[in-house]
Amino acid sequence: MFRPRRVGGIADSRSYTVFRVINAVAIIVICFVTLYPFINMIAIAFSSEGYITAGQVNLIPLGFNVTTFKLVLADGMFWRNYANTVVYTVVATAIAMVMTTSFAYALSKKRLKARPFFVGIAVFTMFFSGGIIPHYVLISSLGWRNTIWAIVIPNAISIFNLLVMKSFFENFPEDLEEAASIDGLTTYGTLLRIVLPLSKAVLATMILFYAVSFWNSWFSAYLYMSKPELNPVTVYLRNLLASATTPDGAAGSDEGLQIAASAKAVTMLLTVLPIVTLYPFVQRYFVSGVMLGSIKA
Amino acid sequence: MSVNNVIAEVDEARPDDDVTPPRRRAVRATPSWRKVLKNDWRLYSLLVLPIVFLLVFRYLPMAGNIIAFRRYRAGGSLFGDEWVGFHYIQMFISDPTFWKVFFNTLILGGLTLIVVFPLPIILALMFNELRSRAFKRIAQSISYLPHFMSVVIVAGVVLQVTASRGTINQIIEGFGGDAVPFMQLPEWFRTIYVGSEIWQTVGWGTILYLAALTTIDPQLYEAARIDGANRWQQVWHVTLPGLAPTIVVLLILNIGTFMAVGFEKVLLLYNPLLYPTADVISTYLYRVGLGTGQFSYATAIGLFEAIIGLVLILSANAISRRVVGTSLW
Repeated sequence: MFRPRRVGGIADSRSYTVFRVINAVAIIVICFVTLYPFINMIAIAFSSEGYITAGQVNLIPLGFNVTTFKLVLADGMFWRNYANTVVYTVVATAIAMVMTTSFAYALSKKRLKARPFFVGIAVFTMFFSGGIIPHYVLISSLGWRNTIWAIVIPNAISIFNLLVMKSFFENFPEDLEEAASIDGLTTYGTLLRIVLPLSKAVLATMILFYAVSFWNSWFSAYLYMSKPELNPVTVYLRNLLASATTPDGAAGSDEGLQIAASAKAVTMLLTVLPIVTLYPFVQRYFVSGVMLGSIKA
Repeated sequence: MSVNNVIAEVDEARPDDDVTPPRRRAVRATPSWRKVLKNDWRLYSLLVLPIVFLLVFRYLPMAGNIIAFRRYRAGGSLFGDEWVGFHYIQMFISDPTFWKVFFNTLILGGLTLIVVFPLPIILALMFNELRSRAFKRIAQSISYLPHFMSVVIVAGVVLQVTASRGTINQIIEGFGGDAVPFMQLPEWFRTIYVGSEIWQTVGWGTILYLAALTTIDPQLYEAARIDGANRWQQVWHVTLPGLAPTIVVLLILNIGTFMAVGFEKVLLLYNPLLYPTADVISTYLYRVGLGTGQFSYATAIGLFEAIIGLVLILSANAISRRVVGTSLW
């Protein structure tokens, strides 16, 4: 890793080799700092309360036990909210994909009349929004409070994802679509039978983008769901966190709060579990998705 | 953020006069709406749902801002019941709490911009100096990870690390100091907020810079080396100018979102003890609007915030176009 290199007959200077060592060490430190909170969370989740209370748990679980896991998993509300998260994520992602794909496909066609206008009204919403109160009033007057619609509809189109898909469709080989239309396929047929099957990469990326954002979202549920059994697991976790962060609670050194500390760690762990397990496999899609969106072809 | 894409969009929004001479334009008269809808209705039908979505869930709330100038009653009309003019605007201008949260927003947004914005550039340059591909890939993957965490998890992590027996206090005590109750001291909030922002966003922020780095012509480096430039000079005279367009565009976008400091994160992290530094415009209007039901007043504040944001991005864009020649549109 730190061999001096000869490029074009000029060897790396000694100071540059030193710099590269320092640089590599710095990056290792940065990686450790990035991972530390997760390691700490896992350690706390598996530690016994005594050690947590004493503030001794850092990297390795002390007094290994899974009591808190059993406690959290025995909570019916946790399971219910976890199931809600799954349902909300699946439904919201499906709706978002249909909306985004059809919009992006239409916008990618040069023959679309008033195309700059349609693109413009979409992009403008990136820079100016109605604000939280008018949104709240709107959802309330639609009668969507305490319904799944309040969560799955209002964020059905992310403009960023829309632009990524649009640029992908714009680079789609035109000849293929022309051939399809000569063979008698309508616009719908071309889209469904020719374009989409050949766009699996971008579709997968977009599904991941949407699924992660819906899985992680909490605020619309927090705002519009007044019944605990309708909450996603993120709100369950938020309520758990809030219960100990009130000013008098933050001072907490009593045992009850420390049990809560391990319960929080366990819930956090279970909430990020799907993302962290899938992450190594899907991470490159995310990156290629962002690249796709950023590099103008 | 997909930056170049936004540029591409907005470029397209301009008619391409330079490409098509005006005369040919007249010949190639655009077909009427009736004609295109008749021939190509399937394509246009794809637009229906998304446009309805944008109108209802994006533009209707913008119009709903009208309740900043009208009295809104719960259960009443979406657009309020009677005109009150600038009553609510005057109300927040004379509200001392508003000015406090306004300056908190500026400080928090400014700190985020100054501290967090340059870090991805530095980190991308650091990644770029790594020679082992495997090491580079693993390091990058690790640095992206926090980006995929829910803000609720991030808040949980922050509360855990800063807790009275959390890691930071263990380190302080290890050096013989006294534990600091971070989440009770307003003077620490800004540091904690910016720190968590760094942890969460810096790795992900490198992606666009790394992409831009790959587009820099290697011959430039060769030429610089032949001219006797050392590594630092190469970074200064080749790499940074190569990154400049990306940096400028991201800076404009960041300035545009400057006022919208992480509302959700602040809401999750703060508590009444921290209000002196943590309360920002959006959390204040959330409390005023949804906590105490003063919808019209909160809307007036929200409108003010959104307009500042819009003005900021428009002016940043205009300045950048004049001075640097790079702009979003």
